Amino acid sequence: MMDKTLAELAQGLKNKEFSSVEVTQAHLDRIKSNDGNYNSFITVCEAEALAQAQAADAVLAKREAPVLCGVPIAHKDIFCTEGVKTTCGSKMLDNFISPYDATVVKNFKQAGVVTLGKTNMDEFAMGSSNETSFYGGVKNPWDVKKVPGGSSGGSAACVAAGLAPAATGTDTGGSIRQPAALCGITGLKPTYGRVSRYGMIAFASSLDQAGPMTRNAEDAALMLNTMAGFDPKDSTSVDREVPDYTADLNNDLSGLKIGLPKEFFGEGLDAQTEKAVQDAIVVYEKMGAKIVDISLPNSKLSVPVYYVVAPAECSSNLSRFDGVRYGHRCENPQDLEDLYKRSRGEGFGSEVKRRIMIGAYALSAGYYDAYYLKAQKLRHLIADDFKHAFSQVDVIMGPTAPSTAFGIGEKSNDPISMYLSDIYTIAVNLAGIPGMSIPAGFSNGMPVGLQIIGNYFEEARLLNVAHRFQQETDWHMRRPQ
Amino acid sequence: MEWEVVIGLEIHAQLATNSKIFSGASTAYGAEPNTQACEVDLALPGVLPVLNKEVVKMATKFGLATGSTVAQRSVFARKNYFYPDLPKGYQISQFELPIVHNGKLEIVLDDGATKTIGITRAHLEEDAGKSLHEDFHGMTGIDLNRAGTPLLEIVSEPDIRSAKEAVAYMKKIHSLVQYLEICDGNMQEGSFRCDVNVSVRPKGQKEFGTRTETKNLNSFRFVEKAIHHEVQRQIEIIENGGEIIQQTRLYNPDTDETRSMRSKEEANDYRYFPDPDLLPVMIEESFIEQVKSEMPELPDEKKQRFMSDFGLKAYDADVLTASRELANYFEATVAAVAGEAKLCANWVQGEVIGALNREGMEISQAQVSPALLAGLIKRIQDNTVSQKIAKQVFEAMWNGEGDADAVIESKGLKQVTDIGLIEQVIDEIIANNPGQLEQYRSGKDKLFGFFVGQVMKQTQGKANPAQVNELLRKKLSS
Repeated sequence: MMDKTLAELAQGLKNKEFSSVEVTQAHLDRIKSNDGNYNSFITVCEAEALAQAQAADAVLAKREAPVLCGVPIAHKDIFCTEGVKTTCGSKMLDNFISPYDATVVKNFKQAGVVTLGKTNMDEFAMGSSNETSFYGGVKNPWDVKKVPGGSSGGSAACVAAGLAPAATGTDTGGSIRQPAALCGITGLKPTYGRVSRYGMIAFASSLDQAGPMTRNAEDAALMLNTMAGFDPKDSTSVDREVPDYTADLNNDLSGLKIGLPKEFFGEGLDAQTEKAVQDAIVVYEKMGAKIVDISLPNSKLSVPVYYVVAPAECSSNLSRFDGVRYGHRCENPQDLEDLYKRSRGEGFGSEVKRRIMIGAYALSAGYYDAYYLKAQKLRHLIADDFKHAFSQVDVIMGPTAPSTAFGIGEKSNDPISMYLSDIYTIAVNLAGIPGMSIPAGFSNGMPVGLQIIGNYFEEARLLNVAHRFQQETDWHMRRPQ
Repeated sequence: MEWEVVIGLEIHAQLATNSKIFSGASTAYGAEPNTQACEVDLALPGVLPVLNKEVVKMATKFGLATGSTVAQRSVFARKNYFYPDLPKGYQISQFELPIVHNGKLEIVLDDGATKTIGITRAHLEEDAGKSLHEDFHGMTGIDLNRAGTPLLEIVSEPDIRSAKEAVAYMKKIHSLVQYLEICDGNMQEGSFRCDVNVSVRPKGQKEFGTRTETKNLNSFRFVEKAIHHEVQRQIEIIENGGEIIQQTRLYNPDTDETRSMRSKEEANDYRYFPDPDLLPVMIEESFIEQVKSEMPELPDEKKQRFMSDFGLKAYDADVLTASRELANYFEATVAAVAGEAKLCANWVQGEVIGALNREGMEISQAQVSPALLAGLIKRIQDNTVSQKIAKQVFEAMWNGEGDADAVIESKGLKQVTDIGLIEQVIDEIIANNPGQLEQYRSGKDKLFGFFVGQVMKQTQGKANPAQVNELLRKKLSS
């Protein structure tokens, strides 16, 4: 019952091949014995998980259980989980036990899904390597000297290492897709507004979106079926019907128009990564897809625009961490200013501080128009590029990241180089459209991710396109040794 | 030098919703600290605001009542600053695009003249919590019950030229928001409070002087006193060759002084930006029409109706429509009496308001209901009691001694209208006061009052005054 997909586990549970308690215990055991190598979990919820599994088994006995009932998964530690430490990878929240469940967590609980634990992540989701976590970096299961990507690096690594069959992640500029690519798993960032952000600790509110990180597209579809939907507690969630994302998985791809933006295949792209992506395109051509060369002329603006918008929003979103009501508070504050300065100074790591400062600067009087307002205008140009592209093609493909996983410590002192590792993923967040990464080969023994980008609310098409590829290839079946 | 005072008001009216502007927590006043603060109000990690639609309706009502433009699209922004009673580290407010703008309000001045005050804008925002500095042994307690309470901030143009005008404007807004039932107007509880911007300039000068802002005034009297103080302070500084510094000041009612809180240089950079957690507020024409159809009668309309339907003078109609409750009280009295509107107006304005002022009560606390008052007015109408005796009956009713008939009966205050009885008393008095009679008859007309007084004294005020006058005149001259 290990190394099975969610779909297989769900079937096995229905067929009484094993119980939820057995599956859950087996994963907990593997986490206990193996996670020392990866550091992919911040908190393992052993007692809670077993209690949930028992409850799930009771429901399963009645034969009317939801599809995923009894299946264990892991949650990125950005999702508030009632009664469980929810840290967001920060010292600031090292003592924070959430009194409530995020909507995503609640949806999974209601579906009878078991929570194995909370996965490691870059502090407040700010990072592309997981090295900014207060709980130490996560190691890539394919090579423990390398990073797993970030910020959902713990989720990606635990799925790649077989410690959990699937995990939730969040993606603000590539934080699901880039670690999925670097760890050789499947990751989907849905359309902005598709999944509720309630209870998901905010980094950049207008960009953040939760999504599944799984072994394959079918599991991502099953996860999204549970995650997606309108939430009256999130004004930015969209009140729109949720289709059954598994329904169209096997649709035929002949005649599918795939756009290849020239901007995604230029300077800075590792040659072997490019080769893997081009080989993947050939697989699609064999399935009857048509290749169209397209251009996203404003995509070069994505990184600078992102590094104004995201820090600006985070500088405000992180103001609530002030040492007053919860979270880290400095010892013996002398006065209010001292309380703020030391609590925040001690509680936040350097990348978080850097972004708060950049953001506060971008929003300050006299600079707002030149930075924040201008960046928001450029966002429209970037979105218009995609709009134009989707008038010609059905999906857009390219590499998820410019290279495979880099060495731990390699880029941690060079923020610009680190920021560029999200160069192909950021535009998707700025436009609010869905994007996916699926395993598409290897470069020097490390996994390469193929990015598939769709139009608004076309998650079902992305999953179909990904699933058909996974019927033709076995990259997603490979496991690290 | 002659100085001209320039004043603008920012009024904060707490909107009378049941729940908060961005959460489902109750807005009820006076609960135990932090019992009405949910996860959203506490700004726990991950929570999100959801707009209470009721506040949009309330702001729209205010916009319509002041001839303002109700914006098709308005935007919530974050005003960023750190303070312990501001849980998110920012206040959600409207900045560049408020829901209401460009309105006006007419006020009546002491001399009866009217003046129009422009309303620049009115925007929606959330209130902060409270910092409690006492009882915590050198620490500060935070109560977040008030955090997230909806406010409508109403900003006037700098059209106001005196403390009296400022108070008249503030009272008018105070009455209006209660008419509209969008604010309970309770100033002690802070539901209605005001910041005052004051500057002075030499009369005739076009440019405004440098202004100061005095914050958080929660009574009409404080507004008046704070303005007087601030005007005096500014004039003295300028006349002594000094300059006004743009700053925020606080009024201390105990010392009747304002003191500096912070100057422009120390002002926060609030780093406003549109709140990405909230969608723009879009208002359609059909919504505005819907709200329009639900609008109550406004004070100015009511005043006109009181004048035309009841024949009241402008001044009286103004007094009686000052608050919706008072107007309702008056109308209920008229309805119960079935007429005699002017008499009812006199009684409400005289005895009722007099008693309320004496006791420091609101009209809602009046000890004599419109029905009770109407019962008394009917007894004046049918000559059971005179106006004078009626005041005695009113006092007894106010003290809870029963309705008019019961009081008249128990105190024996029924007016004497028996001509024979009154004649008998008059005859006695004339017989007992030959000297005065002599003087009166020799032309000292003023003594007529003496005889009236004697008769009333003898009858304990119960004799019908008209009858007394008539009979006396007849007997004295015969």
